[in-house]
Amino acid sequence: MPTIYIDNEAFEVPEGQNLLAACLALGFDIPYFCWHPGMGSVGACRQCAIKKFKDEHDSKGEIVMACLTPADEGVRISIDDPEARAFRAAVAEWLMASHPHDCPVCDEGGECHLQDMTVMAGHAHRRYRFTKRTFPNQDLGPFVNHEMNRCIQCYRCVRFYSDYAGGDDLVAMGTRNQVYFGSHKDGKLDSEFSGNLVEVCPTGVFTDKTFRRHYTRKWDLQTAPSVCVHCGLGCNVFPGERYGRLRCIRNRYNADVNGYFLCDRGRFGYEFVNADTRLREADPPDAVAAMIEIIIGARKNGGRVIGIGSPRASLESNFALRKLVGRDSFFVGTAGHEQRLIDTAWLMLKEGPSRSPSLRDLEQADAMLVLGEDVTNTAPMLDYSLRQWLRRRPNPERLGLGIPEWNDAALGEIFHEVPSHLHIATVYETKLDKIAAQTYHAAPHDLARLGFAVAHLIDSRAPAVNDLPKDIEDHARSIAGAFETAARPIVVSGVSCGSQQVMRAAANVAWSLHARAGAAELCFVVPECNSLGMALIGGRPLEEAFAEAADPGIELAIIIENDLYRRAAKESMDRFLRLCRHVVTIDHTVHATARASEMRLPAATYVESTGTLVSNEGRAQRYYRAMAPQGEARASWEWLRDVSEAAGGWNAQDPEGSAGRRHRVAGQSESEQDGRVADPSGAERDQAFIDLLAAEMSKDIPFFAPLPEVAPPASSRVKGMRIPRESPRFSGRTAIYADKTVFEPKPPVDSESPLADSMEGFEGEAPAPLIPRYWSPGWNSPQAVIRFQTRAGGSLRGGNIGIRLIEPARVGKVSHFLEVPPAFAVRPEGVLVVPSHHIFGSEELSVLSPGVAGCAPEPYLGVGLDTVNSLVVGEGDPVLLKAEDFELILPVKIMPSLPDGVVALPVGLPGLNGMFPPLSAQVTRAPEAEPPNPEQRPKRTDGHV
Amino acid sequence: MLSILKALAVVLRHTFRRRDTVLFPEEQPVLPPRYRGRIILSRDPSGRERCVACYLCAIVCPVDCIALQATEDETGRRYPEWFRINFSRCIFCGFCEEACPTKAIQLTPDYDMSEYRRPNMVYEKEHLLISGPGKYPDYDFYRVAGVAVSGLAKGEAENEAPPVDLRTLLP
Repeated sequence: MPTIYIDNEAFEVPEGQNLLAACLALGFDIPYFCWHPGMGSVGACRQCAIKKFKDEHDSKGEIVMACLTPADEGVRISIDDPEARAFRAAVAEWLMASHPHDCPVCDEGGECHLQDMTVMAGHAHRRYRFTKRTFPNQDLGPFVNHEMNRCIQCYRCVRFYSDYAGGDDLVAMGTRNQVYFGSHKDGKLDSEFSGNLVEVCPTGVFTDKTFRRHYTRKWDLQTAPSVCVHCGLGCNVFPGERYGRLRCIRNRYNADVNGYFLCDRGRFGYEFVNADTRLREADPPDAVAAMIEIIIGARKNGGRVIGIGSPRASLESNFALRKLVGRDSFFVGTAGHEQRLIDTAWLMLKEGPSRSPSLRDLEQADAMLVLGEDVTNTAPMLDYSLRQWLRRRPNPERLGLGIPEWNDAALGEIFHEVPSHLHIATVYETKLDKIAAQTYHAAPHDLARLGFAVAHLIDSRAPAVNDLPKDIEDHARSIAGAFETAARPIVVSGVSCGSQQVMRAAANVAWSLHARAGAAELCFVVPECNSLGMALIGGRPLEEAFAEAADPGIELAIIIENDLYRRAAKESMDRFLRLCRHVVTIDHTVHATARASEMRLPAATYVESTGTLVSNEGRAQRYYRAMAPQGEARASWEWLRDVSEAAGGWNAQDPEGSAGRRHRVAGQSESEQDGRVADPSGAERDQAFIDLLAAEMSKDIPFFAPLPEVAPPASSRVKGMRIPRESPRFSGRTAIYADKTVFEPKPPVDSESPLADSMEGFEGEAPAPLIPRYWSPGWNSPQAVIRFQTRAGGSLRGGNIGIRLIEPARVGKVSHFLEVPPAFAVRPEGVLVVPSHHIFGSEELSVLSPGVAGCAPEPYLGVGLDTVNSLVVGEGDPVLLKAEDFELILPVKIMPSLPDGVVALPVGLPGLNGMFPPLSAQVTRAPEAEPPNPEQRPKRTDGHV
Repeated sequence: MLSILKALAVVLRHTFRRRDTVLFPEEQPVLPPRYRGRIILSRDPSGRERCVACYLCAIVCPVDCIALQATEDETGRRYPEWFRINFSRCIFCGFCEEACPTKAIQLTPDYDMSEYRRPNMVYEKEHLLISGPGKYPDYDFYRVAGVAVSGLAKGEAENEAPPVDLRTLLP
């Protein structure tokens, strides 16, 4: 730990940092613009000037840029030096010369880094009296708003967008004081990470366009720590609420998961919470009473009550349902084909020797194989992590040059000269292909064979693959070569191509590496926010519920937060719902299943309830209610708790079902209204229900043993106080409800968390899982997070967020999968339909947000050039896709990378539910289609398949 | 004893003084224009709403009696969708007027607000918005703001250079 002297006071700082990061972490204020903790230093803005002295006798010193000066042993600097202060004030004044006078109508106002830094630099009075430069704006699509007049030319946006996120349609243009940051044309930005520009830009050039429609200042937002539900990665977010509606999603820093950034699906997919598709009231109004009566009746008469859980519902809701109906009557809510894949993933993580890496770990890898997964569309932030890994992979050349990690400008120069060790093998071309060392596009069987071949090359105990074509053999050899020399190799695969063999091949590669290197990691992408948690709870697949509906018959089916029409074929679902005597759906959104159910209860979304999710890494993370639910909506587990109380407790089949009795409280909801956390019948309920559930889960399921530690218990207080969800500046308390009542209503009391819907409470630094916003005096922008970290880009002072539930097994001998699949052969009788995924559209909830829905593609059938040539069709021509149980007419989308005999069907898009590729089907010209002009037909340009 | 007499003398003197109180409401006091009474929302010289819904009045209000919601028209001009002041909570401190960057919110010398029911003291935008510019006849925020709105394209406001031509690299 080097010692540095700041204004003649000695401080110890972590190794390998620049002075700016070191001083900020120590709590000093130095203004800066172009430096970003997630992006390193370039020294472009000249704002972080400080004075550096040669030794203790040097009184003159020299002005240096803090962000480009290493914090080495014995460095003597002065932040307070009058000359340095004057310099910083002058720089702020220059940067502000043409900045418009529009803070009142700027969405950045109140969370603006420029405002903070201008105040910090001491520039208060504008002396510039000439005309201000103006720029035209661009329309950058439905997510990002562009107002170029506000730009201070710090270059953060293009650095993030092109260097870090890999986009190529946002660039710096022009010369001298007219440098323009924009796209070559109007239109949506291509990158999946464009929303981060909103937080990366220190001014209001890029602002959130979805937020603009219901704009609220940052200080007025009620926020709570939360976890994104739009894919399986579990990125941390801050949802912001005002007047009962969700207004925006902001990044919540988690050093191990998403760091400083979010993907656009996570950032802009939030509007499903406000959508008209929400279920707000019980339907029919007496649904709960009816449900309780049915359960009591069924328990008396031996009728069957089953529960169908959901991989997008919290652990608590699923577990409460399992408790209510009993273990034998609990179904996981995914069909067998999907469940098998997810179970495969978690069994491999549980029983194999390979650890599942966090997103941060992925950034530290030095060789990577992506097998069968289109990560850009199924787990976007993983794509981002891969790109960071490529930038930062350690290499001896760089170390030899003596360039520190944070010196982004210098690293950028040598970055292109370093060979990439990213190998991608997918069915069709993905966005990451551009930065890969080698790519391979083939049917899932062949992808698996490549994986098996690599594993065999590394470890001869893994099975060999016979009859591999020469070029594939060579490819496998080059992957194996890269992996054998790597210090930290990682294999990324997932369930999205629907092939168990691909996942086995990925495991074989990782495990064979484990035998040699000892540190191979294995990352599986799962489709939903709690897919892995659901696998840990376990349950029976949906098909068995369908069978039970026919025999022995089902009295009541309780479906929570699940649109089963997305999970199973329409006919079997229709039949199931018909056969069940009663069906209750508890969900926040009215979907096909809810519409077809007899009764509907409104559930709270993740921003309106508290619960726990398990990410693909196996990390359990608690999300907290950011807003009180509107109407009758409540968390699914709250509904189930009340139903179980009224119906006589948890299912008696469960011997451990004691929570049902212990937590029984008469008039639970009334006592909550009163605001008494410890309810009148006190002694009986010494714990919040959510903590009781966690305790039960940890007893019931061995993997959940650490669950009670995932977050502080609901009864915990800091210095006797709750953590306020509202900032001390929260405005309008006595006017918000004044149109309804002038007697300000008491804020709702949350008995299930240590947070309060109030401005009052503990104002200091809360424990990391409970921090409801990042704010510090003088730091109103998202950059305030530096005040909560141990070091810039390091973990939070209050510890890391979330607990890993799955650690690799200590196995002496690795047992490989031995069954190598046969090569894929083009079948004359039909084609193989594989799923394709879209960041905007494939996910169920985000597509209910208008912005995301507008970016979702229309349903299509992706065909390779073989189909184009055999059917003589062109782009957009309708074709008939005929499978065993459905027929569809879809427009053609030509995907030249698709291998022969394979077509791609986008799954999850609205209108394409109930189809489950991979499956075989026939593709023919749609009956009414006219033959296209043969000249327009695309020609096969390369022999690559 | 002496002090009692002194006090009586003072009272007696005041009996012949001119009255300080007036017979309200028959007689109305004359108040300076900067008196801090009922709050209004004003319009700019061209008759458009001045308020741009920046929320600064709401945050500065010490009793939190102002609530509003921002929205914008199709040309990007911001205005409050609704604007509510709970006068039964207002302490007429004038901070909102000081904070207002567009001189939209102003306190007027109108002070005689009394109601039998508190809900009647809750004023919505329709009650607050007047038809004139109030105390500041000339100020128009959008003339100096630097954002384009209807009738005021980029570079047309005060002290603005014409927009940069993005297609030129000439010095």
